[in-house]
Amino acid sequence: MYAQMIKSEATQDDPEKLAAFQARIDAGEKIEPKDWMPEGYRKTLIRQIGQHAHSEIVGQLPEGNWITRAPTLERKAILLAKVQDEAGHGLYLYCAAETLGVTRDELTEMLLDGRMKYSSIFNYPTLNWADMGAVGWLVDGAAIMNQVPLQRTSFGPYSRAMIRICKEESFHQRQGYDVIRKMAEGTPEQKKMAQDALNRLWYPSLMMFGPSDKDSVHSAQSMAWKIKMNTNDELRQKFVDQTVPQAEYLGLTVPDPDLKWNEERGHYDYTDPDWSEFFDVIQGNGPCNTDRLAARNKAWDDGKWVRDGMLAHARKKAARKHAAE
Amino acid sequence: MKNEWPLWEIFIRGQHGMSHRHVGSLHAPDAEMAIKNARDVYTRRNEGVSIWVVEANNISASSPSDKGPLYEPSESKVYRHPTFFDIPEEVGAM
Ligand SMILES: [Fe+2]
Ligand SMILES: [Fe+2]
Repeated sequence: MYAQMIKSEATQDDPEKLAAFQARIDAGEKIEPKDWMPEGYRKTLIRQIGQHAHSEIVGQLPEGNWITRAPTLERKAILLAKVQDEAGHGLYLYCAAETLGVTRDELTEMLLDGRMKYSSIFNYPTLNWADMGAVGWLVDGAAIMNQVPLQRTSFGPYSRAMIRICKEESFHQRQGYDVIRKMAEGTPEQKKMAQDALNRLWYPSLMMFGPSDKDSVHSAQSMAWKIKMNTNDELRQKFVDQTVPQAEYLGLTVPDPDLKWNEERGHYDYTDPDWSEFFDVIQGNGPCNTDRLAARNKAWDDGKWVRDGMLAHARKKAARKHAAE
Repeated sequence: MKNEWPLWEIFIRGQHGMSHRHVGSLHAPDAEMAIKNARDVYTRRNEGVSIWVVEANNISASSPSDKGPLYEPSESKVYRHPTFFDIPEEVGAM
């Protein structure tokens, strides 16, 4: 999802301590930053929360792309507010990761030089205004699917960040659905654009949940530690079941000829995305990987004089105050 | 030199998983004593699972007179609330 394919780190700790730690988690207790925790738990969480944070930040780019070209002032203000929320989500999550002993700059540098990933979905382009609808509806919809259970994750700061984020996400999905609904109910050309956006973003949205369970070898430890709450396929199925009726209401067709309700299972049967495309995008070969990383690197480099200047000013002020005392 | 003990602000985590919440203040010569005092003053009836103490000097606060410039801008941004958007009942909770 926002964190895909997080490999659980091996842990070599005292078995007794490990058992006591697991017992705390099983009892539903939260682990707080100063509590003892296995090295593997700490490292896996840094990677997962960090990747989640990076996704919020990089995720601003595809939507930011349309702020200046929104069709009305109201839509522009709404999109701006939505993208601003995502910046906030990134900050909550970076702070949660920092309680584990990694610094903000370290996390940023690992994103910028490609050592850390962000969600594959943000390596797809947003070609027109209909995509703003599809992104809010599908991408934020998929994010919510993953983030709601993470509110119960075992690590206190992560859980509290998720609770705050989930409160803000409903607006994101609803504004997206509102955009795409306007288009689906508009002129034939607008409806065509809405359908085209769904066609392009459907499978990339399904990929957000990560590889199929049969290829997802790293889940067991993370699930025992309550870092991961559901399997990838569980969440993907839930997303499909929730989204299909929403597409039907709009009169749009999900681009999957084999999609159909399975009475017996009580779920939709659907076609998995092309996993070779997914792994390709993760490897850096998606349509926008280069652009996204270049944009983040440029923002970091161009912002250096501001960061340095603010710090120099604060130091000067502190020195002056000190001298006056 | 003043010999008065500094003031500490006390934050208690009431239950596992919750944020620390401000419960009050007390005086103490240092952080360690502030935690001990907070234990006696604020958790005599099992009110907490964790205590944070912060010297009051180290807290910067916004001023009530800045209320306008700080919060008024968000009043006009009603679209930040999900209820701003009409979502048809048929499509389920969103
Ligand atoms: Fe977000
Ligand atoms: Fe969002």
